[in-house]
Amino acid sequence: MNEFITLAHGSGGKPMHELVGSLFKKYLANDLLLEGDDSARLTVQSGRLAFSTDSYVISPIFFRGGNIGKLSVCGTVNDLSTSGAAPLYLSCGFIIEEGFRVSELEEIVASMAATAAECGAKVVTGDTKVVPKGAADKLFINTSGIGIIPSDIEISGKNARPGDKVIISGTLGDHGCAVLLDREKLGIKSDIQSDCAPLSGMVRQLIDGAGSVHVLRDPTRGGLATTLNEIAQQSGVTIRLNEAALPVRLDTQGICGMLGLDPLYLANEGKMVCIVGKESADSALSILRNHKYGRDAEIIGEITDLPGNKVYLETITGGSRILDMLQIDQLPRIC
Amino acid sequence: MPEILDRFKDPAVARMLAEKLRKLDGETVSIMEVCGTHTMAIFRYGIRSLLPESIRLVSGPGCPVCVTPVSFIDAALQLCRSKDVIITTFGDLMKVPGTGSTLTDEKRNGADVRIVYSPLDALDIAAGEPAKKVVFLSVGFETTAPVCALAVLRAKELGLHNFCLLSANKTMPQAMKVIAGDEKSNIDGFLYPGHVCAIIGTSLAEEIAREYGVPGVVTGFEPLDVLHGIISLTELIRRKENTVLNEYKRVVREEGNPTALNRLYEVFEPCDAVWRGFGAIPASGLAVRAKYSEFDAWKVFGLHEEAGREPEGCMCPMVLTGRVTPDKCRLFGKQCTPESPVGACMVSSEGTCAAYYRYGDRK
Repeated sequence: MNEFITLAHGSGGKPMHELVGSLFKKYLANDLLLEGDDSARLTVQSGRLAFSTDSYVISPIFFRGGNIGKLSVCGTVNDLSTSGAAPLYLSCGFIIEEGFRVSELEEIVASMAATAAECGAKVVTGDTKVVPKGAADKLFINTSGIGIIPSDIEISGKNARPGDKVIISGTLGDHGCAVLLDREKLGIKSDIQSDCAPLSGMVRQLIDGAGSVHVLRDPTRGGLATTLNEIAQQSGVTIRLNEAALPVRLDTQGICGMLGLDPLYLANEGKMVCIVGKESADSALSILRNHKYGRDAEIIGEITDLPGNKVYLETITGGSRILDMLQIDQLPRIC
Repeated sequence: MPEILDRFKDPAVARMLAEKLRKLDGETVSIMEVCGTHTMAIFRYGIRSLLPESIRLVSGPGCPVCVTPVSFIDAALQLCRSKDVIITTFGDLMKVPGTGSTLTDEKRNGADVRIVYSPLDALDIAAGEPAKKVVFLSVGFETTAPVCALAVLRAKELGLHNFCLLSANKTMPQAMKVIAGDEKSNIDGFLYPGHVCAIIGTSLAEEIAREYGVPGVVTGFEPLDVLHGIISLTELIRRKENTVLNEYKRVVREEGNPTALNRLYEVFEPCDAVWRGFGAIPASGLAVRAKYSEFDAWKVFGLHEEAGREPEGCMCPMVLTGRVTPDKCRLFGKQCTPESPVGACMVSSEGTCAAYYRYGDRK
């Protein structure tokens, strides 16, 4: 096969079929994909479906801890997980800039396959377009996903209730920081890695083991601060956070300090905000901490019935301030 | 380094100091935190919510973006419209309104404007684009100016003739004296920024205490630094001791950083400068010396600072001199927000208006 992607690979003709056969099918093959029709036919049990889509335009496409392919599967899997759904089927659309290296595409598709396999999801349909040089930046990926929501599960951003505890499944801002370091080549030495990870397995254990899970949400763009504000408004509650309990790596703190960034507004790609009934908080915490993606989980705050639907941060000085939504994107093209 | 910083965030000690601060009632005092980084730290750590009624904090002029006059932005806008120019800048300047446009607007219209984290990054761009002129928008106080100077020295060393600075760098001493001598501002004490003092030392603070009778505390930016700084300064004021305490000895030496100062004054010389909110202050700016004029964008492009127009209704000048708080401005939070700022104090992440807007004034 060629070393580089050409416009012919997106033409629908023979070169495209070769690319699909030698690369996409090689890694992503499964019974449904291999049927080879223009749409996948899915048989589902009765009940409710969760359906989600997301596009990935991250720069750089390879970063410490992951690449755009792994990210594109994790992102959609995690969005499905926030409604308690087990991810089953994924679609993926590739928009490739002419001249992209086939070997890099192969690495990206291989990591998508590995990530999808980890959470038991199948890529059942896909699409490839190639655009002329300059019309896209290397590679954009869209993924959509379908999952099944178990019948007794009702998890939504509108379900936070006064008294509930807020748990974060691990350290904040790792993804944003990792991408920043790789993109801006700041010459800062750090072993920080993107937290990019599929959380469906961890979420499954949490829901099965912890009892009253009311809200799940992955704090991606806009970070924890923005996610909690969304929940406060959706549920009509006010959230009080304890700054001293927020898990942030020391090097993230250092890098943010130097660059004037706030880790509470940095993107995460492998973390879950879990809002659970007070009585379930301890068991939820220990379930998360026993999972490889939740080792640094902490209870970071609680839901109150104070007016205003806001988020307050009780600072380490004992003072208090409003934690607002993200105003201006600190870092563009982070996912 | 992060481990050391963490000790200055110790929650148990912070709460102890906060308790002490809360009980520090007595004669009313007005403290100016000179620097934008302090303003941000005070808001971020919720310190305003801990203050007793008798301690009033006033934000000072120490945000370089905020005191940069409209005329400088206009000069940058003029430059970036030229096809063979690449503008490099700190991100904070991107949204500052010039007359009729911003760098963000110009970038959208095709101008080559790039955000860098250090002027040295601009050198790399210049080396990679020999057919273009790379201009770094050089703003900042004594903390930033040495690196800008270093960029010029390195450009000379490398023979990079397509790099230059558009300098609006400023120095603190003269502006501080204007505030200290201003009857209307009623400041009883200054909280001095540790990073500027790390370069210039403590002699300025000493002089202001001695000559103007306004005491000061030099401190850092972690919660314990700020809490302890406010407590010490309040005590100095109430005891009427016109002295200076250096509470940032882990970074600030009395004589400052002579190496950085030598670099700075090798490349720059003092000049008169226009500060937003203050007007022209003699010898408060930094101009590139004649011997480095090939790196001075003002000279290379024959630019002149034209008097720019302040946006109508904007009270940034009053905010910067500590005469009003942002919420007194009728544009605040209405026409003027971080997404669509009217005045510079709302643009910069360290601007007083941006801090009030983001964190809410709960005091």
